Amino acid sequence: MERAAEIELARQLLAGTPEAFDRFVDHFRAKIFHYSRIMCGHREDAEEVVQETLLRVFENFGQLREPEHVRAWVFRIAKNACLIKRRKSVYAPQQELSLDELMPARAPGGDPMKIEIADWSGLPEDEVLRSELQHVLEDAIANMPEIYRSVMLLRDVEELSTEDTAQVLDLNTDAVKTRLHRARLLARKQIDTYLRANGQAVERN
Amino acid sequence: MATHRHDENCQRMFALLSEYLDLELPAETCQEMDAHIAGCGPCAAFTASLRKTIELCREYRPQELPDPIARDARQKLLEAYQKMLAGRRS
Ligand SMILES: [Zn+2]
Repeated sequence: MERAAEIELARQLLAGTPEAFDRFVDHFRAKIFHYSRIMCGHREDAEEVVQETLLRVFENFGQLREPEHVRAWVFRIAKNACLIKRRKSVYAPQQELSLDELMPARAPGGDPMKIEIADWSGLPEDEVLRSELQHVLEDAIANMPEIYRSVMLLRDVEELSTEDTAQVLDLNTDAVKTRLHRARLLARKQIDTYLRANGQAVERN
Repeated sequence: MATHRHDENCQRMFALLSEYLDLELPAETCQEMDAHIAGCGPCAAFTASLRKTIELCREYRPQELPDPIARDARQKLLEAYQKMLAGRRS
């Protein structure tokens, strides 16, 4: 669903248009599930988060002042529902990862000033590769520290703005940018490693 | 295998790449980066790989779907919705 259609749907729901209810439920159930499935790690938890989130959404829908921000508003409720479900073992670093750890891989041979980059030229045209990389990406997101995972899901998967993401997560915009960059670098690194391990011809510059 | 001397400019670039790709940098910084990337093969390759990572995220849709909504779960949501609407009208 396009962003504009989603906003229109929110307006219809506020106005009490009868068919808006089921469309809204279908649309956001899938979205919230995708987010909470990765944030919670367990399917049953994710299903519960979906229902709890939608219940709170409908109870409080009258408080949605700006239908343009409906997606961020729903995700804020979903995020809080996920926090309650969170299992204790989730690894959460106290400090941001240093960028040095996310620099391109060092070339073998010991020269610390040299980097390696796999050949990414199969993207986006190669359909098979793209679908393989979707799995690599899913693993990368699922396994990154939670503070990065949530930012990446909201900014790059749900395509919320930096400001909306900051609101959802109770962060300032600089923290969103810092975390997003690290999340992307982590995901990039995993994909790069996969490409090299799977014999994508490497590129020379 | 792309190898190159990783100089200070490259390092500075590296820290700003996401903001660069999101068009969140001041115009001047952005132009500096354009110029650097145009003349630095490894940074160009790295930037392209980061851009493609973001594109993969945007098209990422998990395989797994939620179970179809149960009748009583839907009913509960509908009641909450109708109650909210009634509250707005009164
Ligand atoms: Zn460079």
